[in-house]
Amino acid sequence: MKIDLSSGRTEAKRPEREIYARWIGGRGLAGYYLRDKVARSWDDPEMPLLFFTGPLVGTTSPTSGRMTVMSRSPLTGTAGDASVGGSLGTALKKAGWDGLIITGRAKTLCGIEIADDQVTLVDAAALAGAGTSGAYARLKKKGAVALAGPAAEAGVRFADIVVDGHYAAGRAGLGLHFAARNLKYLTVRGSGKIRIASPEALKKANEDVRRLMAASPVLLGELGIGQYGTAALYDLLDARRMMPTDNFRRTHFDPTRRMNAHAFRQRYAPRRTGCRGCSILCKKITADGRSLPEFETLSHFSALVGNTNLETVMEANRLCNDLGMDTISAAATLACHEEIQGRPLEPSEILSLLMDIGAGRGIGQALGQGAAVYARACGRPETAMTVKNLELPGYDPRGAYGMALAYATSTRGGCHLRAYPISHEILRKPVATDRFTFSGKARIIKGAEDLFAVVDSLTACKFVFFAASLEEYARIYTAVTGVEFSADDLLTAGERIDYSERIMNDRNGFRGTDDDLPARFFESPGTGDGHLEIPPLDRDEFLKARAAYRRIRGLNEEGRPTREKAAELAIDWDGCSEG
Amino acid sequence: MERLIRKYVDKLIHSGLAEAGAPLMGARDAELIWNREDENRAILEEIFAGLHISTLLFALPAEPYRTLVDFLARPSPGTIHPQDTETRTFLHDLPVVTSLAPVEIIRALKNRKCAIVPGRGIITYGTVSPEQAFVTFSSACFACFVKFFADYLRDVRNGSANPEQKAVFQQVVDYLGSPARLDFSLTHGPFRDEDTVLTAMEEAGKATVDCRLVDSYFGNISCLFNDILYISQTGSSLDELRGCIDPVPMDGSSCVGITASSELSAHRAIVAAGTHRTVLHGHPKFSVILSLTCNEKNCVLRGQCHLRCPRQRQAAGVPIVSGEVGTGPYGLCHTVPPALAEHRGAIVYGHGVFTVGKNDFNDAFASLLDIENACRKEYFASL
Repeated sequence: MKIDLSSGRTEAKRPEREIYARWIGGRGLAGYYLRDKVARSWDDPEMPLLFFTGPLVGTTSPTSGRMTVMSRSPLTGTAGDASVGGSLGTALKKAGWDGLIITGRAKTLCGIEIADDQVTLVDAAALAGAGTSGAYARLKKKGAVALAGPAAEAGVRFADIVVDGHYAAGRAGLGLHFAARNLKYLTVRGSGKIRIASPEALKKANEDVRRLMAASPVLLGELGIGQYGTAALYDLLDARRMMPTDNFRRTHFDPTRRMNAHAFRQRYAPRRTGCRGCSILCKKITADGRSLPEFETLSHFSALVGNTNLETVMEANRLCNDLGMDTISAAATLACHEEIQGRPLEPSEILSLLMDIGAGRGIGQALGQGAAVYARACGRPETAMTVKNLELPGYDPRGAYGMALAYATSTRGGCHLRAYPISHEILRKPVATDRFTFSGKARIIKGAEDLFAVVDSLTACKFVFFAASLEEYARIYTAVTGVEFSADDLLTAGERIDYSERIMNDRNGFRGTDDDLPARFFESPGTGDGHLEIPPLDRDEFLKARAAYRRIRGLNEEGRPTREKAAELAIDWDGCSEG
Repeated sequence: MERLIRKYVDKLIHSGLAEAGAPLMGARDAELIWNREDENRAILEEIFAGLHISTLLFALPAEPYRTLVDFLARPSPGTIHPQDTETRTFLHDLPVVTSLAPVEIIRALKNRKCAIVPGRGIITYGTVSPEQAFVTFSSACFACFVKFFADYLRDVRNGSANPEQKAVFQQVVDYLGSPARLDFSLTHGPFRDEDTVLTAMEEAGKATVDCRLVDSYFGNISCLFNDILYISQTGSSLDELRGCIDPVPMDGSSCVGITASSELSAHRAIVAAGTHRTVLHGHPKFSVILSLTCNEKNCVLRGQCHLRCPRQRQAAGVPIVSGEVGTGPYGLCHTVPPALAEHRGAIVYGHGVFTVGKNDFNDAFASLLDIENACRKEYFASL
């Protein structure tokens, strides 16, 4: 459904079956509708803000409660998407919509309220400046809720969208799109049923996935993320000497044992919860309603900024959530500031700076532009640990060379989730690979990017792919839709989705030279442990792997997409959607 | 990449899954490389081009697998459905194709991890590493071995074994070789330091693989020392455990063992009971085969034996218990630890054997070997 906030008009669009077959849903379908508008400025009223569910959403298939939010990123300038959990995707699907295309700009601050096929634009002036937790409490009776916080209203480039009070559509700065449209919130209530082509086949396929999930130590093992949340990775990443510490100047954080997931569980005794339709339940909520930090948040608000206070991590996480800003970017920008300033931040300073950023106050206004812009403004660009302006998360690439390549080639900038090589380089799934070599990694990264493009389009959770594979999910897809697709057919669609994003980035001036890492990783070693050394990345080896990746991906020698490859993937080079 | 190809081709031969010169393995990063020349390379290159993969393996299995695989592939209309845990959990089923025509093989491999071409061999692939192709090849051979012998015992008992089945049985029995034995002692405990623990685990793991008490090289092993459970990592090779053992504090104060074996919970519960300090788990074939053969007629839970079984079954003097891999509601972590409170070992339906030791791996390993050899004897005695 298309919603124009300028005119208040809505229009139902019904894509042809062929469009679904080629772009699946979620990230793929959202990208399809973004393509011919992507060269506009991110705050152009015609730039669409897209909310898309996937074909599995609302069904019983495991981890299918997610959805995609997408537009051009205000932070990076790339095509920017976020996969987000909670109940919004399911509600939208049950309301009868596969996606929303929001354009225009309301005259005054408004909210969009959807109840099945009814769409109402509501005055939201009373919620101006409201934190996401307070606003959510007032709106949750209306159904699933997506909100922007004060950070978006203050122009923070890494403002995110918070769903159902706890689930962030982060990384790409998509919250800023709400502010640019004078949009404060979106609520959705749906009462329909999702049609399943073959319930029996779906039941069988679900059983296969659940059996694999139960067999996965990372997912449902007693030390896994089902028990501890993604913070379960904290001890391991430090033990492997790849915990980003002091703004990536070191890779080991001494106080890990007293800052780990066990310590948080002991202190806060959280309950387990999760996205709609998920049995992993990786979200942990305390008795006072706060979320325990995810691994990346915990890593960055402890090791990266040198903080050893648990409660400061909890509060930093809560503040980011309430202000509506990405925790990774916020912490990484503070770490950059800390390095430039040349002295450590006190716990109280961390919290007050976050409040300044969220309010656009004092130095917070500069910090709110993200690490790359801030570091350049300070004359210290080398202190921004970013790729394509996106701040790097909690995996030091000197300890996992596939991760190094994946950060560089990701279509949305320095992101761990585009290919998640931690899966095999650290977590041994589907099999272990040598983390200290680039050999074979180019094809692995390309394949994983295609895989996760499919996962984000179905839309399922990446975590389940620590256990299951597209072999099982292809059967789920067929059971739900009735369309016979093999795992390999889905990967072809994934390749198309990824390549289309590269075309969009190319249109916006990104070149192969942007597929690179901060110099620090090639110049300085990480922190070894006496037995294990963490040397700097070998620049020549990295460049060879990147060149191999380009050949495998079908890019030219300069790393740019080609008409020929686009044609092979059935992508219209000159434009694609009816907008 | 060349090193990995060599490694897994050698493993196929060393583990008796293929004869020297049989495996054809290709892998590609930017370029495609092969382990050797072969007239079928052009066909495999066409298959490569039609799939999103990084490795292809094509090999005729060594005997007895070759005969068993071909026998099972003949009457199966397009698919073999083994009942062992490995297949049920990871492979699901084994597609059979009629020829080496690339289009047919591509169709099969788009949906499953391997394709069986009767009389020609098994084709498997990897998307991340040649290791995946090796593991799938090995698992397919293991699954067919277990299925043939379990089906044969059932049919003989029912009086429905056909002449062809009997002929194949006679043929493959000759290939089985003598029961495994270990001619030396493993390191004696109690262990005094961490290094000795790790070395003893490596030694016991390698002995388990060398005696072929595994499928591929899977299984797991642990040892309790100073309130830390040292346990093999998930997906690790029991014969290559150096650097693949996680130290898991028994008090749960660290998640560093998130990469530990999927059976961590079972191992932890076993040693927490206080009697045993070592646990060994392998997938010996005849123990698995006997666990699959049940005489019960009209059982109301037929088809759910891997989840729950109303009977108290035994083989080789140890209990056969139900249980799936991992920690789910039907996980073996709920069934194996209580069984081991009173027995030196337990067989998990369709899966493998867990054994325990007091201070080192000598008793755990001896029990694993004894149980398998006793199951083998019991199998042939039952015919």
